[in-house]
Amino acid sequence: MPVSLSPEEILETIRMVDAQNLDIRTITMGISLRDCVDSDLDRLGQRIYQKIVRLARNLVTVGEELSRDYGIPIINKRISVTPISLIAEGCGAEDYVALAHTLERAAQEVGVNFIGGFSALVHKGCTRGDLTLINSIPRALANTERVCSSVNVASTRAGINMDAVMKMGEIIKETAELTAERDGLGCAKLVVFCNVPEDNPFMAGAFHGVGEPECAINIGVSGPGVVLDAVRRYGEADFGTLASAIKQTAFKVTRMGELIGRRASERLGVPFGIVDLSLAPTPAIGDSVADILEAMGLEKCGTHGTTAALALLNDAVKKGGAMASSYVGGLSGAFIPVSEDAGMVSALEVGALTFDKLEAMTCVCSVGLDMIAVPGVTTAETIAAIIADEAALGMINRKTTAVRIIPAPGKKVGDRVEFGGLLGSSPIMALHTFESKKFARRGGRIPAPIQSLTN
Amino acid sequence: MFDANGGNVQFTPKIGQPTIDGNRVIVTVLGQDRVGLIAGISTILAEANVNILDISQTILQEFFAMFMVVDLAQARVDLAELQQRLEAKGKELGVKVTAQHEDIFRFMHRI
Repeated sequence: MPVSLSPEEILETIRMVDAQNLDIRTITMGISLRDCVDSDLDRLGQRIYQKIVRLARNLVTVGEELSRDYGIPIINKRISVTPISLIAEGCGAEDYVALAHTLERAAQEVGVNFIGGFSALVHKGCTRGDLTLINSIPRALANTERVCSSVNVASTRAGINMDAVMKMGEIIKETAELTAERDGLGCAKLVVFCNVPEDNPFMAGAFHGVGEPECAINIGVSGPGVVLDAVRRYGEADFGTLASAIKQTAFKVTRMGELIGRRASERLGVPFGIVDLSLAPTPAIGDSVADILEAMGLEKCGTHGTTAALALLNDAVKKGGAMASSYVGGLSGAFIPVSEDAGMVSALEVGALTFDKLEAMTCVCSVGLDMIAVPGVTTAETIAAIIADEAALGMINRKTTAVRIIPAPGKKVGDRVEFGGLLGSSPIMALHTFESKKFARRGGRIPAPIQSLTN
Repeated sequence: MFDANGGNVQFTPKIGQPTIDGNRVIVTVLGQDRVGLIAGISTILAEANVNILDISQTILQEFFAMFMVVDLAQARVDLAELQQRLEAKGKELGVKVTAQHEDIFRFMHRI
C-alpha cells in the first residue's frame, strides 16, 4: 500500500476503537481571562462571556469534524479558564456566584459540557478575593450544571495551608448539603489539590494557569480498555515483558492524542498545549483501571500487591506516552476514581478495596482520593484531615494529589449513591471513626518540606 | 494564525476544509465474504469520483477484511458524505464499512 501499512495494523486501530473503548476523552480549550478584569461585576461578567464565546465558538464543531474524519470518538469538548479568584478580585463583589452563572451561560452557548476554573490558588495563604471565591463555591456548584471548581491548598514549595484545608472541609460539607437531593453531586465538581498542574485538560480540576498563553488546546486521551487487552494477551509473561507491552500500547494511544491535538490546533488557529497521558476509566464495562490491575494477577483490586501493580502500570504508561508526544503535561498518570470505574466499585462492594489501601495507591499514581462517597455524618474536620493526609503525600513526593470526596447527605455505609453518566455510582466507603478534630482545627501552615530546598 | 496581542486575538479557524496532509482515506470492509462485495463498494467510490490507489484483502482471525487506499482529491463529495454512502452500502451488503483519514493509522503505527 502507498502508506505501507499492513492490514494487521489497520485492523488493530479499528479494534482499539470498536472493541476496546479507545477514545479521545477530551479536547479542552484553555482561555486566559486576564484581560477581562474590571472594577464592575456586571461588566466583568460581560467581558468574560464575550471572550469565552468568541474563542470557543468553533470548538465543538471542530471536535465533531475531527471525530468523523479520523473515525475516533472525541467524548468531551471542554473549556478551562484563568482561576476566577484572580480575575474577580478587583471588582469588589462580596460573592462570585454571578460569575459562575456567567461561565454556565458561556458553556451553554458554545455547547461544551464542562467549564473549569471557578478556582483559587491558596497554598500559602488566602487573599480577600480567594476567600470570596471559596465562600461562593457551594452555591456556585449547586446552582450550575457545567461549572467545575478547584482549590490548590498545598505545594511542595509552600507546604500545606491548613487554614485553607479546614475551610475546604467545611465548604465540601456545605456543597453536599446544598445538593442533598442529588446525593451531594455538587462535590463531584469540586477538587482540592496539592501541586496542581496549570494545563490539566481533565475535569473537575482543569483551569488555565497564570503561566499559560492567551489560548491553548490541551488533549486528554483515554484507553484503559486497550491497555487491559494488552495485559491479557501477556497473561503469563514476566514483569519486564508486561511493562514493555503496556509501554507500546500507551505509545499508540498517545499518538492519537497528539494527532487530534495538532489537527484541532490547526483548525482552530490556536496553539497546541499538551497531551495528558492519563488512563481515564469510565463506568463502561472493560474501561476500568481496576480490571487492568486484576488482569496482572490480583484476585481483586485492593488486595496485597495492588500498589505495586499500579506503580508498574503508571510508570509504563508514562514511558510509552512520553515518547509519543512533543508536549506532555497535565496530570499524566493512571486515574483511580472510585465511582467512575466499574472495577473499583466492584472491589469496594466485596470489601477488597478499603480507604487506607486507596490512599496507599494514590502514592504511586495520579491523582488521589477521587470520587469517593463517604457517610453523610462525616464531619468537616475529618474531611479536612483526609485532605491534609493526601496533600502531605503530594508535598513530600513532589507530585500532584487531590481529593474529590462526597459526604453523601443521609447516607451511611451499606447505602449507595447514584450520580449518573460518566460520574457513575458507588457504595458508601467506610472511614476511620476516631476523631481528628484538634489536629484539623490547629490552624496555620505545615511548613514546606526539606525537599523544597533545591536551589 | 494566532496573534497573542492581549485582548486583540485574531482567529483563522478552518472549519470544513480538508486536512492539510492530503486527501487519502482508508476504507475498511469487515465481515462475511460474498459475491459483489468489491463491486458494490467500488461503485459507490466511482460515483463519487474517488480514485482507488490500492486494494488488499485477507482473512484475519476468520474475518474477511478488505482495505482500500483511496484519494479524495477529485471527489465530488466530502468525507462525511462518502462515509454515509459507504455505511448505507455496507448495511445492504451485510458488512461493516468505515472510511477514515489515513493519518489516524500513520500516526499510530509509524514514527
